Amino acid sequence: MSGETSPAGTRVLLAGLWTLENGAGMEAAAGDIERMGAKSGGGAILIDLAGVTALDTAGAWLIDRARERLTRAGAKVEVRWAAERQAILLDQAHYRSFESAPPRAGSPLVNWLAEIGETLMSAGRDLVAGVSFLGEIVAAMLRAFSRPSRLRPTSITYHVENFAFRALPIIALINFLVGCIVAQQGIFQLSRFGAAAFAVDLIGILVLRELAVLLSSIMVAGRTGSAITAELGSMKMREEIDALRVMGLDPMEVLVLPRLIALLISLPLLTFIADISALFGGLLVGWGYGGISPEIFLARLQNAIGLNTFLVGLIKAPFMALVIGVIACLEGFRVQGSAESLGRQVTASVVKAIFMVIVVDGLFAMFFAAIKY
Amino acid sequence: MTQPPPASAPVPATEPEIVIRVRDVVVGFGEKLVLKGLDLDVRRGEVLGFVGGSGTGKSVLTRAILGLTPKRKGVIEVFGLDIDLLPVFERKALERRWGVLFQQGALFSGLTVLQNIQLPMREHLRISQELMNELAMLKLDLVGLKHDAAGKFPSELSGGMIKRAALARALALDPEILFLDEPTSGLDPIGAAEFDQLIATLQKTLGLTVYMVTHDLDSLYSICDRIAALADGKIVATGTIEELLASDHPWLRAYFHGQRARQLAPPAR
Ligand SMILES: Nc1ncnc2c1ncn2[C@@H]1O[C@H](COP(=O)(O)OP(=O)(O)OP(=O)(O)O)[C@@H](O)[C@H]1O
Ligand SMILES: [Mg+2]
Repeated sequence: MSGETSPAGTRVLLAGLWTLENGAGMEAAAGDIERMGAKSGGGAILIDLAGVTALDTAGAWLIDRARERLTRAGAKVEVRWAAERQAILLDQAHYRSFESAPPRAGSPLVNWLAEIGETLMSAGRDLVAGVSFLGEIVAAMLRAFSRPSRLRPTSITYHVENFAFRALPIIALINFLVGCIVAQQGIFQLSRFGAAAFAVDLIGILVLRELAVLLSSIMVAGRTGSAITAELGSMKMREEIDALRVMGLDPMEVLVLPRLIALLISLPLLTFIADISALFGGLLVGWGYGGISPEIFLARLQNAIGLNTFLVGLIKAPFMALVIGVIACLEGFRVQGSAESLGRQVTASVVKAIFMVIVVDGLFAMFFAAIKY
Repeated sequence: MTQPPPASAPVPATEPEIVIRVRDVVVGFGEKLVLKGLDLDVRRGEVLGFVGGSGTGKSVLTRAILGLTPKRKGVIEVFGLDIDLLPVFERKALERRWGVLFQQGALFSGLTVLQNIQLPMREHLRISQELMNELAMLKLDLVGLKHDAAGKFPSELSGGMIKRAALARALALDPEILFLDEPTSGLDPIGAAEFDQLIATLQKTLGLTVYMVTHDLDSLYSICDRIAALADGKIVATGTIEELLASDHPWLRAYFHGQRARQLAPPAR
C-alpha cells in the first residue's frame, strides 16, 4: 500500500490481498492507514481500493474500522473504487462497537478470603446434599421394596456382571500380590526375632480385617464409581434424565437403585474373593520364601483367626458400597452441560469416594475396638 | 492521478470450475451400504442444496467429503486435490479453506461462544487478540446473535442459537466452501429466512461455495442455485428447482408435490 498527499488531501492506495491469509500484514497495513490519515491533519482522506485483489470480512472490517477511527478523529474520509462485491462486503462488515462489561475488580485479599469461604460453604453443602440424597435413596428403596416387581432384576443382574464379574481378575490379582508382599515383609521382619511363623497370624488378621476390603473398595471406587458418574453425567448432559422424568419414570428408581443394589451385592462378593486371593498369595510366599509348608500355614491360620476376623472385613463391604454408590450417583447428577464439568465430576467422585472409604474404615476400626470384636 | 476501477474479470464462457468432485463413492457400515457408487459435482460459487429422506446418507456423504468417514471405494477431490492422497501439511491447508456446520452444532462445550469462534483463528492465524475479539463479535453480529451470547457456554444456548453460533464458528476463517448440515432446522421461520438471506449475501460477497443439506423447502426455493437429490445411495437428480419439479422420480414427486410443498410452490401456469 502507498499514500500520497496533495493540497486536496491524502490518498491512500490499498493493494494486494486483504484476506485472513495475510492476517498480520493486513493488520499492520490498517494501522498504517490510520497513521497516514492522522498525519494529514484533518484534511480529506481517500481510501482507494482499486488495487485490492481479494477482500474478506476481516479485511473489510479492518478497512472500515480505519475509516471510522479517522472520521472520529475529525477527518473527512471516503472509501472509493471498491468493486461491487467489495462494497457489499464493506457494508456487511461495517464498523460497530462492541463494548464489553468491564471485568469484576476486587482486592486479591478479599477475593482470596471469598474463595476460602466459598470452598467451606460448598463442603458444607456437599454434606447436606449427600445426606438428603441418601434420604431420597432410602425412600425410593422403600417404595421399590413395597412392590418388588419394580426392583428391576434384569438391570441389577446386568450391573452385577459389570461391577463384580468383570472386576474379578484385577481384584484377585492385586490382592494376591498384596498378600505376597505382606507375607514376604512379615517373614523377613519377624524372622529377626525368630518369630517367622507369626507371619501367618499377621497375614490372616491384616488381610481379613482390613486389607482385602479396603483394597477392593478403593479399586471399585476407581473403576465402578467413575463409570457410574460418567454414565449418569453424560445422561444428564444430554437431557436423558429429564426425558425419564417427563415420562413419569423416577430416575432414582430406574438409574440409581439398580446400580446401588448391584454395588451392595458386588462389593461383598469381591471382598470374599479378595480374602481368598490374598491368603493364597501369603501361603505361596510363606511356602517358597519362608519355608512354611501349606499344612503348617493352614493350621496356624486356623489358630490365629476366628469367624469374627473374617466377618469384621465382610461386614464393612456393604457400607463401603453404599458410600461409593451414593457419591458416584450424586456427582453424576451434578454434571452441568459441558464435557469439562463431566471430567471434573468424575474426578471428584473418585477422590471423594476413596477418601470416604478410608474414613469409614477408620470409624469401623474404632467401633470394633470399642465393642472388642 | 486517477485510476480506473479494475474491470471485473471476464466471465469465462467455458465449463464452471468444479470445487468438489465425487466419483463412484461407496460407503457402508458393516453389511449395509449407505452410498452405492455416488457421483456429485459442486461448482465454484454456487449454493448446492442437497435433499433426501431421513437416513438416506446425506450426513454420511458430507462426512465422507470432509474425510471423517472412511469410504470403501471411489475418489473425492476438493479444489482438485484428492483428499486421500494429501500429505498432512497440505491437508491442514485444505481444512483452512472450508467451514463446517455440523447437524448438532458440535460447539465445544467447555468454551464460551466467543472462544469457540476464536479457536480456529487462534490455531491458524497470526493476528492480534484485539482484532480476533472484534472479528469474532462481527461474526456473531452477522449470524444474528446478540452480543451477550458471546460469554455464554453452549449448554446455556437455545437450539437456534447453537446453530447460529456454530455458523459463526464455521465462518471464522472466511472459508471458500461452507458445508451446512440442516442449518435452518430448529430455527423459527423468520430466523430461518434471515439465515438463508445471510448465506445468500455471504455467498455473493465472498464468492462462497455452499454445500447445504436441508429439508427446508423455503431454502431450496429461495437460495439454492442447484439441487441434488439422494435416494437409494445414489444421486437420482441434479438441477435447478424447476428441473427437479419436473422430475418424475417417485421420491422427488412426493417431496416436491406433497401436502406441504404444494402450499409453497409457485402456482402452476
Ligand atoms: N457410524 C455409523 N454406524 C452405523 N451406521 C451409520 C453410522 N452413521 C450413519 N449410519 C447409517 O447411515 C444411514 C445414513 O445416515 P445419515 O446420518 O447420513 O442420514 P441423513 O441422510 O443425514 O438423515 P437426516 O436427514 O435424518 O439427518 C442411516 O441409516 C444410519 O443408520
Ligand atoms: Mg443428517
